[in-house]
Amino acid sequence: MNSNQNAVSVKNVYKNYGDVEALRDMTLDFPKGQLTSLLGPSGCGKTTLLKIIAGLLPATKGEVYVNNQLVTTPGPDRAFVFQDFALMPWASVIRNVAFGLELRNVNKSEREDIARKYITQVGLSGFENSFPHELSGGMRQRVGLARALSVDSPVLLMDEPFSAVDEQTRRKFQEDLLDLVKNENKTFIFVTHSIEEAVYVSDQIAILLPRPSRVSEIIRPSGFRNKDADSIRKDSEYLDTVEGIWKSLRSYVE
Amino acid sequence: MRIFGIKLPNMTSLILWGLLWELLGQMEVSFFLPPLSSIFSTLLEIYHTKAFIRALVETAQAFLGGITSAVVIGIPVGIFMGKNRFIDELLLPWVNMFMSAPLTALVPVLMVLFGFGLKSIIITTTLFAIWIIILNTRAGVMQINRSLVDMANSFGASPTEAFFKIYFWAALPEIISGIRIGFIRAVKGVIIGQLLISIVGFGSLFELYSSRFLMSHFWAVILVLFALAFTLSELLAMLAKRFDYYASKRG
Repeated sequence: MNSNQNAVSVKNVYKNYGDVEALRDMTLDFPKGQLTSLLGPSGCGKTTLLKIIAGLLPATKGEVYVNNQLVTTPGPDRAFVFQDFALMPWASVIRNVAFGLELRNVNKSEREDIARKYITQVGLSGFENSFPHELSGGMRQRVGLARALSVDSPVLLMDEPFSAVDEQTRRKFQEDLLDLVKNENKTFIFVTHSIEEAVYVSDQIAILLPRPSRVSEIIRPSGFRNKDADSIRKDSEYLDTVEGIWKSLRSYVE
Repeated sequence: MRIFGIKLPNMTSLILWGLLWELLGQMEVSFFLPPLSSIFSTLLEIYHTKAFIRALVETAQAFLGGITSAVVIGIPVGIFMGKNRFIDELLLPWVNMFMSAPLTALVPVLMVLFGFGLKSIIITTTLFAIWIIILNTRAGVMQINRSLVDMANSFGASPTEAFFKIYFWAALPEIISGIRIGFIRAVKGVIIGQLLISIVGFGSLFELYSSRFLMSHFWAVILVLFALAFTLSELLAMLAKRFDYYASKRG
């Protein structure tokens, strides 16, 4: 695959915390316009890798390229969705959603117009002036998602975004995410520890193994990607893929 | 408070104690304890006298000066200590030492250094209030949700923007409760400073009244001070409540 088709490339990245080797010689490509999951047992460094791509953590060695540009710090080409939502509790929904634009000095009326559009898109219209503590966990993560979408970055980094919401909400989120990948021309990098979730939403799954972290396998489920949301969970390739991944991971689970 | 299952309004206990005081005063148990009613009538006599108003103004000046510098210096120092390990290790032992030190003992030194006037009292007040403001602000910043900082960084916030848009607001509930305790300590500071220096403000009134054994005057001033301190603290508690909604919902 030539490099123009990759939105993000991770090349020989190492990360050490003191003596502990968190990532060793990690090389991974993330194709443009697709969703790639980083899947693995806890402690395999998937969040560390995501934060290095985001520029929130420096790599000990190695390079990260976003659209063929070397990056070491956060930039407007990437937006982050946090596991614990990271909403400002003192600010209304609309200010939270517009915060990325606020930091980019977009003037107030313009950024609120954009924020309103994305608040509607994630299904929260009417809650613009609510505060985070008045919303449920699922609604809070919708705010986090709207904030990441509103800066219109080509790359969206999602750190276990659905792990803090209840199971029903989580299924709905997964279905919405499929639509999002289809309709927005963005590249998604998605960290999860749920095998089913990874297989359900991903175009490409990178399976990471711990101590030291490395890519053990890359899986590209293809047969059911164009089916509708309901049929995927019953598809035989979906079920086989889930089963196969579990087989290769089970020996790493204590 | 409840008596025989009947709920009584909030300040009822104060009225009961006030009645007891009045009773003991009328019985002339002690020269030092005049009846409450005569204290109040004395208060009505003296509150518009020049000496009293001057004392009030001087005290207010010293208090406001002291608390302002405690807030203006204390909050940034606390935020820097919370953010920066090195600054924290450099300053924390001193802050803790002053926090528990008997500051009253320092007042004579301050008098020698800064003279017998307003300046020494302002500095005393600052010294009483500032340490708890620093410690609370520091605690507020240290408990900040790490991903809020990551969030601001991921959108390219500069250090100044992170300081004003994230750190300050995230620590605000702790800052406000620190300021509240600081205010209460500042009241002590301003009065202790005036008593020791005793030629300004209420210190001079105390000196005047107690040397002439004007007990109801003496008590009247004390009542005013207690009422002022209490009102101030309650007002700040109300303010603190407005920010409590997110103190418990963070993270």
